[in-house]
Amino acid sequence: MDSGYILEFQGISKSFVGVQALKDISFGVKKGEVHALLGENGAGKSTLMKILSGAYSKDTGKILIDGREVNIRHTKDSEKLGISIIYQELNLIPEMSVAENIFLERQPKKAGFLDWKKMNKDAVEVLKRIDMNISPKVLISTLSVAQRQMIEIAKAISLNARIVIMDEPTSALTEGETKKLFQVIGNLKEQGITMIYISHRMDEVFEICDSYTVMRDGTFISSGSIRDVNLDKIIEYMVGRPMSQVFPEKKNKIGDVIMQVQDLHNDKEVRGITFDLRKGEVLGFAGLVGAGRSETLKAVFGSDKKAKGTVLINGKKASIHSPKDAIHHGLGFLPEDRKGEGLVTELSVMDNVVMAKPENAMVKGFFSAKRAKELCRRYIKDLMIKTPSETQTAKYLSGGNQQKVVLAKWLNCGPEIIILDEPTRGIDVNAKMEIYNMITDLAAQGKSIILISSEMQEIIGLCDRVNVMFEGKIAGVLMKEELTQEKIMHYATGGNQNE
Amino acid sequence: MNEKVETKKRINWNDLAIVLILLVLIVILAIIKPVFLSAENLLNIMRQVTIVAILGIGMSYVLISAEIDLSVGSLAALSGIIVALTLKSGWNMGICILLALLSSVFCGFLNGAIHTFAKIPSFIVTMGMLNIARGVVLVITNSYPITGLPAAFKVLGRGYLGPIPIPVIIMVVCYVIGYIVLKYTKFGRSIYAIGGNIEAARLSGIPVSRNKVLIHTISGLTAGIAGVVLASRVFSGQPGAGNGLELDAIAACVIGGTSTSGGKGRLWGTFLGALIMGIIANGMNLLNISTNWQLIMQGTIIIVAVGLDRLKSD
Repeated sequence: MDSGYILEFQGISKSFVGVQALKDISFGVKKGEVHALLGENGAGKSTLMKILSGAYSKDTGKILIDGREVNIRHTKDSEKLGISIIYQELNLIPEMSVAENIFLERQPKKAGFLDWKKMNKDAVEVLKRIDMNISPKVLISTLSVAQRQMIEIAKAISLNARIVIMDEPTSALTEGETKKLFQVIGNLKEQGITMIYISHRMDEVFEICDSYTVMRDGTFISSGSIRDVNLDKIIEYMVGRPMSQVFPEKKNKIGDVIMQVQDLHNDKEVRGITFDLRKGEVLGFAGLVGAGRSETLKAVFGSDKKAKGTVLINGKKASIHSPKDAIHHGLGFLPEDRKGEGLVTELSVMDNVVMAKPENAMVKGFFSAKRAKELCRRYIKDLMIKTPSETQTAKYLSGGNQQKVVLAKWLNCGPEIIILDEPTRGIDVNAKMEIYNMITDLAAQGKSIILISSEMQEIIGLCDRVNVMFEGKIAGVLMKEELTQEKIMHYATGGNQNE
Repeated sequence: MNEKVETKKRINWNDLAIVLILLVLIVILAIIKPVFLSAENLLNIMRQVTIVAILGIGMSYVLISAEIDLSVGSLAALSGIIVALTLKSGWNMGICILLALLSSVFCGFLNGAIHTFAKIPSFIVTMGMLNIARGVVLVITNSYPITGLPAAFKVLGRGYLGPIPIPVIIMVVCYVIGYIVLKYTKFGRSIYAIGGNIEAARLSGIPVSRNKVLIHTISGLTAGIAGVVLASRVFSGQPGAGNGLELDAIAACVIGGTSTSGGKGRLWGTFLGALIMGIIANGMNLLNISTNWQLIMQGTIIIVAVGLDRLKSD
C-alpha cells in the first residue's frame, strides 16, 4: 500500500513520570516536501522529534518510513534510516575543524589511523553540495552562527539524510542569511530530500513550506496543505482559541515620561540607543536574536559595566552602575534565562521571592521567617503560583510557575519600571495567558513595562509602542495602531524607516 | 557562503607565546651562563623533565576532556613501590614493571569508572585516590624506603644509549605514541569533542562514558611509567616519591596552552611547558639561586602563561 508518505506517525504516545507529553499523535509527511511542524512551546514538537531521532523512546504507536514500520531505539538507528536533526542549539565542537565536525565519529581511516587528507577532501565535496566555499580546516569557533548552521546541514547531507529536521533554524540569522538558508532548503528539496521545519515565524512557514501539522498540549490538532490555511487559522489551531481572545483587553492609562534613556552604547551589541518610557505604558523591544535587545536593557539595568549613556528617571539623572543601583531607582529585571539568571533553583520559593529585597521580611533588623512566609503566601495567591507550599524547592515547579516566582521576587521590590526579557519562553499556553494578564494588570496599576519578546504575537497583542532593533540600534518605532508582523520584520531585518 | 574565512589564517598567540618564553629564557641563560648551552647541561635538563613530562601526557588527555586527575603523584609512588618490592623478591624485571604499570592502570581505571558511573566529579574522585594510593604505599612499606634492588634496574632511570639518557628515550617514545593517539585515532579526537561539548559528543554517537574511563586509565598508565622511571633513577622504592607531582604536571599542561575548562590543548605544548619549568629550575641552580625562589618563579610563570591565554581570548 503506497500512501505517498515517506514518514508516518501512527498513534504515538509518550509520558514522563506522570506527565503525558504526547497523546496519540498521527500524521504523515510526503516525500520531497517541506513540512512545517507548528505549535507553542511545550506543545510536544521537540518530544516527537526526539522520538524520531531515537533520543527518547515512545510508549506506544508506530513510526513508518516508506510505508514500513521501523524500530528506532538509538540515535544510530535513525541515522541509518536517513533521519538527521539540526538542533536549535547547534551541536558542533568549537575547537575542532569544519571537516572533523562533519565526519565526527565517522572519520575516514587509512591503516587504522585517521586519514586527514581524505577527510578534508570529502568535506570540500560535501560543502560544495550546499554551495559553501570555506576551508575544511578552519575551526568552528571562528565561524558565524549562520555558517555553523550550514556545517550542520553539510553534516546531515554527508550522512545521506533523506529526512532533515530543522528546529528553529532562522532564530539567529539575519535576513540575508535566512535567504541563503532558504536557497539551500530549495536545493535540498530538488535533490529529493524531505524536510520537517519547526519555526515560530509564520511568514517563513508560508514562504517555504508545502504542508503543515499543528500540535497543542501534546495532541495532534490539524494537518494539511499550507495553501488551505491562513495565519489566523494557524494561530487559532496553536493556541486553541481565536486570536482575539488570547490577549486581555487593555485598561492602562499612559501618563508622563518616567524614564529617558539617552545615547546608550557599549562598543559591542549596543550602539547608540535613545528612547523614552511613559508611566503605565507597555513598551516592546522587538528584533532578531543578536539585535542587542537584552544587552540594551541589561545596560539600562546596570549589569553591563562597560555600557555608557545617560538614564533619567522622572527627569532627574540616575547614576546606575549596578543592578543594586537600578533596584534602588525602582527598576526590576526579569531575565531571559530563567534557570540561569532568574531563579536559584535549589532554594525554596520563599527564599527566591525575598531574595532581592529581604528588608521586606525583616523585623527590627532581623530576618523573620514568619514575615517572609506571609509575604510569600500573598504572592502565591496574587500570582496564582501553583506550589504545594512556600517551602517547596523552586526546581520542582513547572516553567510557568518558576517564572511567576521570579516575577514575585521583583514585585517584592516594589518597582515602578519592570523589564521583562522573554517572559513566556518555554512555558505552557495557560501560564502564558496568565502572564499576559499580569502584564496588563501591572500596566493598569500605573507600572511601566518594557517587554522584550521574540514572539511576534506577544509584541503585537500586548504593547502600546514598539522599538524594533537591528544590529544594536533602534531601526524603527511602531505605535499600537500600526503594529503588523510585516512592519516589525521589515525593521528587524535592516529595513529603512522611510520606506 | 563566506569566502573570507579561507584566507584568514589564525595565528595562535598562545602557541607563539610559549615558544617566545622558551627562547627568551634560553637566550638570557646562555648570555649569563654560557655553560647552560653545553650538550651535557642540555641533556641534563631533558633528563630532569622526563618525569613531569611523562605525567603531562595523561594529564593533557584528562584536562582536554574537561576533567582533572589529582592522583598521578601518588600513583607514580605506588608503581615505584610495586616495582621495587617485586624486584626485591627476585622476579623477572619485565614482569615486575608490568605489575607496577598494572597497579597504576587499575587505579586510573577506578578513577574513571567511579567518576562516570557514580557521577562524582573527577576532582573529588582523584583527590580521594591521591590519599588512598599514598596510604596504600605507606602501609605496604611501613613508611620505609625499599633499597637493595638488582643493578640492572638502574638502566631505565640512569642509563645511556650512546650520548642520550634512556629516560629521555622513554619519554620521547611516550610522546610519539601519545601524539599519534590524540591526533590520528577516533578515540583521540573524541577527547576534544567530549571536553568541547559533551552533549554534542553524545549526540554524535561517541561512547562518552567508555572513553572517559579510558582517558583516566591512560593517565594512570603514564603515572605508572613515570613512577617506574623515577624508582629506577633513585634506585629504590620511596614511599614519599612523587609528592606534589600532580601539580607540576597540571602546570606543564596549562603553561603549554591546555585549557582547564576542556576542549583545547596540544601535547607538544605540554612538553614545552615541562621544559620551561625544567629550564627555570636548571638556570636558577646554575646561578645559585635557592629552590625557594624557584617556587616563586614557577608560580609566576603559571599565572602569566594562563593570563596571556585569557587576554587573547577576550
